[in-house]
Amino acid sequence: MRALSKIYTILIYVILYAPIAVMILFSFNSINSTGIFAGFSLHWYQELMKDAATLTALKNTLILAVLSSLISCVIATAAAVGLSKMQNRMLRSAVETLTDIPMMNPDIVTGISMMLLFVFVGMRLGLSSSLSFVTVLIAHITFNLPYVYLSVMPKIRQMDTHLTEAAMDLGCTPFQAFLKVELPAIFPGVLSGLIMAFTLSLDDFVISYFTTGSGFETLPIRIYSMTKKRVTPDMYALSTLIFLAVLILLILSNVAQRDGKKKKK
Amino acid sequence: MKKFGFLIAVCMMLAALCLSAFAADRVINVYNWGEYISDGSEDSLDVNRAFEEYYKETFGETVRVVYTTYASNEDMYAKLKSGATGYDVIIPSDYMIARLIDEDMLEPLNFDNIPNYEYITEDYRGLYYDIENRYSIPYCYGMVGVLYNSTVVAEEDVKDRSWDLMWNAKYAGKILQFNNSRDGFGTALYRAGADVNSTDPAVWEKALADLKAQKPLLQGYVMDEIFNKMESGEAAVSAYYAGDFLTMYDNNEDLGFYYPVNADGQIVTNLFVDAFCIPKGAKNKDLAECYINFMLSEEPAIANAEFVCYACPNALVLESEDYREDMGEYAMEVLYPEDFSFSENYNAMSYHNLNPETLKLVNDLWEDLKISGDESGAGGANYLSTALVAALVIVAALAAWLIISKIQKSKREKMY
Repeated sequence: MRALSKIYTILIYVILYAPIAVMILFSFNSINSTGIFAGFSLHWYQELMKDAATLTALKNTLILAVLSSLISCVIATAAAVGLSKMQNRMLRSAVETLTDIPMMNPDIVTGISMMLLFVFVGMRLGLSSSLSFVTVLIAHITFNLPYVYLSVMPKIRQMDTHLTEAAMDLGCTPFQAFLKVELPAIFPGVLSGLIMAFTLSLDDFVISYFTTGSGFETLPIRIYSMTKKRVTPDMYALSTLIFLAVLILLILSNVAQRDGKKKKK
Repeated sequence: MKKFGFLIAVCMMLAALCLSAFAADRVINVYNWGEYISDGSEDSLDVNRAFEEYYKETFGETVRVVYTTYASNEDMYAKLKSGATGYDVIIPSDYMIARLIDEDMLEPLNFDNIPNYEYITEDYRGLYYDIENRYSIPYCYGMVGVLYNSTVVAEEDVKDRSWDLMWNAKYAGKILQFNNSRDGFGTALYRAGADVNSTDPAVWEKALADLKAQKPLLQGYVMDEIFNKMESGEAAVSAYYAGDFLTMYDNNEDLGFYYPVNADGQIVTNLFVDAFCIPKGAKNKDLAECYINFMLSEEPAIANAEFVCYACPNALVLESEDYREDMGEYAMEVLYPEDFSFSENYNAMSYHNLNPETLKLVNDLWEDLKISGDESGAGGANYLSTALVAALVIVAALAAWLIISKIQKSKREKMY
C-alpha cells in the first residue's frame, strides 16, 4: 500500500511537470521544430533577446501585473478593514456575496461585459478610441479585488480587536492604530493576496484580450496570435526563464519564512 | 511607513516607464497577423525600426510604430467592430476585405501617397474583393498544396498529383485534415471540382459525404500541429500552405509537395491574398499611407517576403537576384509554380465571403462531421462513451469509498 501511494505521488508529479520539462528541453533545440530534437543550442535565447516586440509585450505584462496587483491590494485591504467594522450583519454578508460574484463569473463574461461598458462610456465621453491601457488596467484591478479581499479577510477575523482599542487607549489616532497594529497583523494576508493578484494578472488572457485597445499587447495575447504561422521556440525560451524566475522566488520566500520562524523560536 | 514609500516609488517609476515609451512626435498603430512581418529575428531586417529611421530622415519627425498582432481575420474583425478604432494599418485576407468594404469599414487609399504601388504588377490588381483597387494593396499571397512524406508514400500515388492522396486508404491513420470548416470543406470541393463559394446546399451536402468517408482514414483534424506531425514523420499526408511547407522542409528533407491538379492537369486549389488596408476612423491616414509605401520599397519588401515565406506580388522582389538566391531554387519553384497564371485562376479558386445562410449551413455541416465519429467508429475514438465510462468509474469509486468509510466509522463507534 505504501509503495502504491509512492507511485501515485510520483505519477502526479510527472503529469504536472512533464509538459514543462518538454518545453524546457525544446527551448534548447537548435532548429525550430518541436518534433525533432536536433541538438543543444542557446540559439532561441539569443533570438529572444533580439525580439523587440516580445520584450515589449513582456514589459507591458509586467507593468500591468505590478500596477493592478498593487492597486487592487490597497482597495481590497481598505474594503476588508472597513467591512469588518460594519455593525449590520445582514448588510455585511450581502456585500461579501456581491464581492464574490466576480470571482465565480467566467472570464469571458467579465471580459465581454467590461468591453461593452468601456465602449459605451467611451462613446458617451466622445473618445475616438475607447479601449486602451487604462481599460485593461481597470479590468485587471476589478478581477483581482475579490482574491485579495478573500485572503485578507480571514486574517482580520483572526486578529484580536482589543489590540486596536488598546492602541487607541494609549494615544494612537485610528489611522496610526491601523498602520502600527492592524496592518502588521494582517500583513501576511495582504502579501499573499498581492502575490495571488500578481500571478492572476500575469497570465490572464481572456479579459485582457477583450479590453485591450490598439497599441497595448500583453504576452499571452502575443503568443496566441502567433498561430497563423507557428509559435517560435523563443517563446519556449521565454517561458523557461519565467518558470525559473518563479521557482527561485518561491524557494527564496520559503527560505525566508523558515528563517523567520526560527528567529521567533 | 517605509514600505509604503517604497511602493509609491515603484509606482512612480513604472508610470515614468509607461510615459517615456510614448515620447515620439507621432504614433502609428499597425495591426497584423502574428509572426507576419520581418521583425529582426534570425538576423532579418526589423522593418518597423527601419521605417522609424526612414521617417526621421525624410520628414524630420520621430514616429513610433506600435505593432500588435491577431490570430485570425475574425479576431481582427471583432476587435474593429468592438469600437477599438485606434488602428492605422491592418492586413486582412481577401474575403475579410470584401466584408469590410461591404460594411463600409475601410478608408479609400490615396495612391498619390503610395507611388510604390506601381511595383504591384497587373496580375495582382482588380482582384474580386476590391475590383477597382480602391481600398487595398496586396502584401503577400499563397496557395494550398498537398504535403507527403516520401519515405512513406509510394511514388505511384503522387504521380497523378491529385487530391485523392488525402482519401487514399493505403495511408489510413497517417492523413491530416484541416481543423477549420472553410479549408476542410475546400479540400473536398476542389477534389470534386465543385465551386467553393457555392450557395447551393446540395454541393455542401455532397462535400460533407466525402469528408465523412475520409474521416475513418484520418489521424486527426489539426492546424498548427501539422508542423510537428509532418516533421517528425508521425503523419504522412496533409494539405497546407506552400510557404509553411518550406519551413517544414527545412527540418525534414523527406517531405514532398505538389499543387493538386484535376483530370485535365489544371491546378485546382485554394489561393489567398493578404493585403494592406486602412480602417475607417484611422487618425493618421497620411502616416499609414507612408508606412504602406515604405513596405512596398525594395529592402523592406524583400525582408518581409523572405521572413513570411509566402509568395510576393511585388515586382521589385520578384526581379531581385538576392531574393532568388536567399530563397533557393526549390523554394522559388514551390512558391511560384510555372505555367500558372495567378490572375486567371484567383477569382474562381479563392474563398469569397459567404452569405450568412450559407455560412451557417457550412458551420452546421462541419459540426455534424466532427461529431459523426460514433457511426463510422473504425478510426475515430468514441469520446462520449469513454467520458461516460470514466465518469461512471469515478462515481463508483467515490461511492465505494463512502460506503467503506461509513462501515469503518460505525465499527469505530461500536468499540466505545
